[in-house]
Amino acid sequence: MAVTRKSAEPASSAAGAPRRPRRRLFGGRNLAFWYFVGPFLIGLAIFTYIPVGWSAYLSLFDARNTVTPASEDFVGLDNFATMLTDENFRRSLITFTVFALFVVPLTFAASLGLALAVNRVRIMRAFFRSVFFLPFACSYVVASLVWKMSIFTGVRYGMMNTVLEWFGVENIAWLAGNDPPWFWLVIVTLRIWIQCGFYMILFIAALQQIPEQLYEAAYVDGAKPGRQTFWHITMPGLRATSVAVLMLIVIQAYQAFDEFYNLLPNNGNVPYARTPLIYLYNTALGTGQDLGRGSAGALILALLIAIVTLLQGRFLGFGKSEGR
Amino acid sequence: MLDTKPQRRKPVGYKPGVGSRASRVVNLVGLLALAAVFLIPFYLIVRNALSTTQEITAPEWMWFPTDIQWSNFAELFNDPMVPMARSLWNSTVVAVLTTVGTLFLCTTAGYGLARIPNRFSNHVFYAILATLMIPSAITFVPSFVLVSSLGWVSDLRGLIIPTLFNGFVCFLCRQYFLGFPRELEEAARVDGLGYWGAFWRIVIPNSKGFLAAIGVITFVTSWNAFLWPLVIGRSSDSWTVQVALSTFLTAQTINLPQLFMAAAVAILPLVFVFLFLQRYLVQGVTQSGLKG
Repeated sequence: MAVTRKSAEPASSAAGAPRRPRRRLFGGRNLAFWYFVGPFLIGLAIFTYIPVGWSAYLSLFDARNTVTPASEDFVGLDNFATMLTDENFRRSLITFTVFALFVVPLTFAASLGLALAVNRVRIMRAFFRSVFFLPFACSYVVASLVWKMSIFTGVRYGMMNTVLEWFGVENIAWLAGNDPPWFWLVIVTLRIWIQCGFYMILFIAALQQIPEQLYEAAYVDGAKPGRQTFWHITMPGLRATSVAVLMLIVIQAYQAFDEFYNLLPNNGNVPYARTPLIYLYNTALGTGQDLGRGSAGALILALLIAIVTLLQGRFLGFGKSEGR
Repeated sequence: MLDTKPQRRKPVGYKPGVGSRASRVVNLVGLLALAAVFLIPFYLIVRNALSTTQEITAPEWMWFPTDIQWSNFAELFNDPMVPMARSLWNSTVVAVLTTVGTLFLCTTAGYGLARIPNRFSNHVFYAILATLMIPSAITFVPSFVLVSSLGWVSDLRGLIIPTLFNGFVCFLCRQYFLGFPRELEEAARVDGLGYWGAFWRIVIPNSKGFLAAIGVITFVTSWNAFLWPLVIGRSSDSWTVQVALSTFLTAQTINLPQLFMAAAVAILPLVFVFLFLQRYLVQGVTQSGLKG
């Protein structure tokens, strides 16, 4: 036995639970633990911890087109300073904020509304659930394709323009530019269509956890069905799920990339609607391949989302999924 | 209250008889209308995939093609500009191997953390939890740095291997195995099986529903992924179907029926998943939504 192992022994037994005396340190239970957990842990270290560390290192260098910058390219915190003062970076955060202001309440309301309606209907419930969930099978790329080339096509044969024409409205160039910003309608409807079925499933699962007796008791006490029971029984019962769903919608919106890339001109690299990830993608992997600044940006964004998540958790009460 | 007796198929959360008959009819009609709206994009994919360009762009809206153009399918695969067959193959390989690999790594790790006492298990668990704080999409720059120095850019290895060590799936597996009935394993241990044997012969065969749920959702996510395949797929040999579609979509000249046929082909596997495995998918969604 190596010395280090021996010296580790007393420490662990002091801190350890009052368990039966340990068998051999390696072999048996310990060996089993490592061959169960080891492969995953090694992979996690290589593909998550090393990249993040490496990236943090790169963020301190002028690393264009290289992942191994020379020591004279050390620039300290310049990349962070450049990112934070970069007009485009700040605008990308504004774009995200605008996007979130549309997407978060609308997706939340749509998925909750669908869940309540589907849960209430007496026939064809499985059918409705499947239909509203089906868009989840569509990737953002496929949905963008349909939205761009068939529904919100800027020319006459697009579906929306056809419908508008029936009412005598001029054709609208939905995705052409920022004036007026019709593209938001395209992008927001697409995301709601894909996502709300997913969250509806979560809400339905939570609705089914609310005990029936609560409603019965409320009626006995004279509560009116509808608004009163909704606010005093249904919503409190959905609290944990609501918090989780809100967080997921925000985190998803923060990572918006696919539909902006595929719908907007110049692969989404337009000043009026660059999302943080589109910006990051073009900085790190665009023509400049500025991995130093890209890494700095990734770290800043990761920090921001961590803060947003924590604040949201603090503000709404942690989504300790009770009653599951 | 009017009729509280016939509680056969009571909608949970709403007491039967609550709300008038009229409001229930309104609810049903509203849902039917919404369902129709939700299906429009699918209808458009099918209509456009089986029409001619002239029919799609006709001055009068055409609900259905006059002749169904099955030839669009063959043309799509014969078009040398679009590596459709190759990208479908790539997507299949990536999604299948990602699913199998993720299931293998995450269930073993999750089981180890849940069931084998070890003084490091809390440390390992926190190391995994810490990775959940940061959405994976944001780490694409760091991951790209690593993958490119491994020489895995434009290589399926780069698409698959970095995505296998999914902290969230591992977390779900741990939670699941914590609730797995201990008696079953203990019986196996009495019969002389080690942890490994008990895991493969007892635990895994008794967890098929859970595995299917996690597997299906991993498959769907992998099939539909776009950002990472776009970052890695620098040459058309390594495009997944999503990257190919995106390239096709943003190309200068577009053959509309072919484009929609490509979309139809791209969602076909997932439509099958929805038709036959929806139960597991719903279960997987519920499980993964459990933790925000």
